[in-house]
Amino acid sequence: MGVVTPGFQGRARSGDPRLPPGQYLAEDFPVLSAGPTPRVRTETWEFAVTTEKGDKHTWSWAELLALPSEKPTVDIHCVTQWSKLDTRWRGVAVDTLVGGLDTEADYVMVHSYGGYTTNLPLADLLDGQAWIAYEYDGKPLTPEHGGPARLLVPHLYFWKSAKWVRGLELKTRDEPGFWENVGYHDYGDPWREQRYQGD
Amino acid sequence: MARTAVSGRLAWRVARLAEFRDETPTARTLVFDLPGWPGHLAGQHVDVRLTAADGYRAQRSYSLATPANGDRVELTVQRVADGEVSEHLTGPYAIGDPVEIRGPIGGWFAWRPTNPEPVLLIAGGSGIVPLMSMIRARRAAGVRTPFKLIYSLRTPAEQYYADELRTPVAGLDITYVYTRELPEGRPGIPRRIDVATLNTAAWPAEFGATAFICGPTAFVETAADILLALGHDPHRIRTERFGPSRD
Repeated sequence: MGVVTPGFQGRARSGDPRLPPGQYLAEDFPVLSAGPTPRVRTETWEFAVTTEKGDKHTWSWAELLALPSEKPTVDIHCVTQWSKLDTRWRGVAVDTLVGGLDTEADYVMVHSYGGYTTNLPLADLLDGQAWIAYEYDGKPLTPEHGGPARLLVPHLYFWKSAKWVRGLELKTRDEPGFWENVGYHDYGDPWREQRYQGD
Repeated sequence: MARTAVSGRLAWRVARLAEFRDETPTARTLVFDLPGWPGHLAGQHVDVRLTAADGYRAQRSYSLATPANGDRVELTVQRVADGEVSEHLTGPYAIGDPVEIRGPIGGWFAWRPTNPEPVLLIAGGSGIVPLMSMIRARRAAGVRTPFKLIYSLRTPAEQYYADELRTPVAGLDITYVYTRELPEGRPGIPRRIDVATLNTAAWPAEFGATAFICGPTAFVETAADILLALGHDPHRIRTERFGPSRD
């Protein structure tokens, strides 16, 4: 137990088993990002998966929309302590984009329009755990929430769910992305409060 | 060695309240004694953790209001209605009381006095806090880097650091934008930050200034969009957003 602050009682004790430690429930949908919001036009949008051998597979916006989509309803958790329950999305499972590829990569670097990057283990994007999402709450994803498309990996802190996603680079070696380079945790499990390096 | 430095930076340290000043009826600057503090850059933030007698904990992030100064650390906390942590820190929290603090955190929204390019600071409400740290770091370092501050607030009574900002500083231009109520005697009507404001009060795009924008989400979105439309390089626009989004 930490040092007790006299008189502090706290009140956000929902006891909700779906809330990871240190998180509070947000009713709104806060926005956090490091620079201006890129306005990405779907006419020129392209999504690429590149394997560690350099094989590149690309999808246009129309091709992405033509793929089988799923409608996950998931809880999301931001490193800045808010969580949001039962968020409703629509998107293409990463399995659909990566499943057929010939790869021995264990890691993925996610790239975004605007230059943002974040790294994850490939296994965390497969088996129905991650999507390229293009709808939120039944509507097209707005630019400030990452539209036209963002990565959605609800079991990790939300900085891993890169907005304005542009591609996945499969890699045999793990390398830090944007926030990971400035001290955020390499993996980011909200249930273990992996906020920063060393957590 | 690097690993040691990292775990030291992220260790929770016990801080005690040494002084406080009320900035406005709903915002308080807290000055902590924080032995072993490793120092920080202007613009960085910390995590503050409160623990109740039964072990319950709550943790929030707050911007540092001043540049590094030994074992002294200052935060300015805005009281949020129903804010579990902010209501305690701006209310019952008293001189000598402990909290735990770790950091510094964030190396992106940060200004170094060795950066030569002009700086544009755009603050919405309590978003002034990390930007004030940059203004104070400029003064502490004795550098002449040209600074412009555009500070949007609802009413004159909600201004933070009013006395300090009233004192003219060479090379620091300040423009105030009032959205609800103007100071007495000031002509015009209350308005939000817009293209005209930034076209007039910001650096021209070709000066290559670094822009730091901090405030509520909608404010930051608006200011960043205007800078892009005026031709500023997106890689020189750094943002820190808080609060609810527009939808």
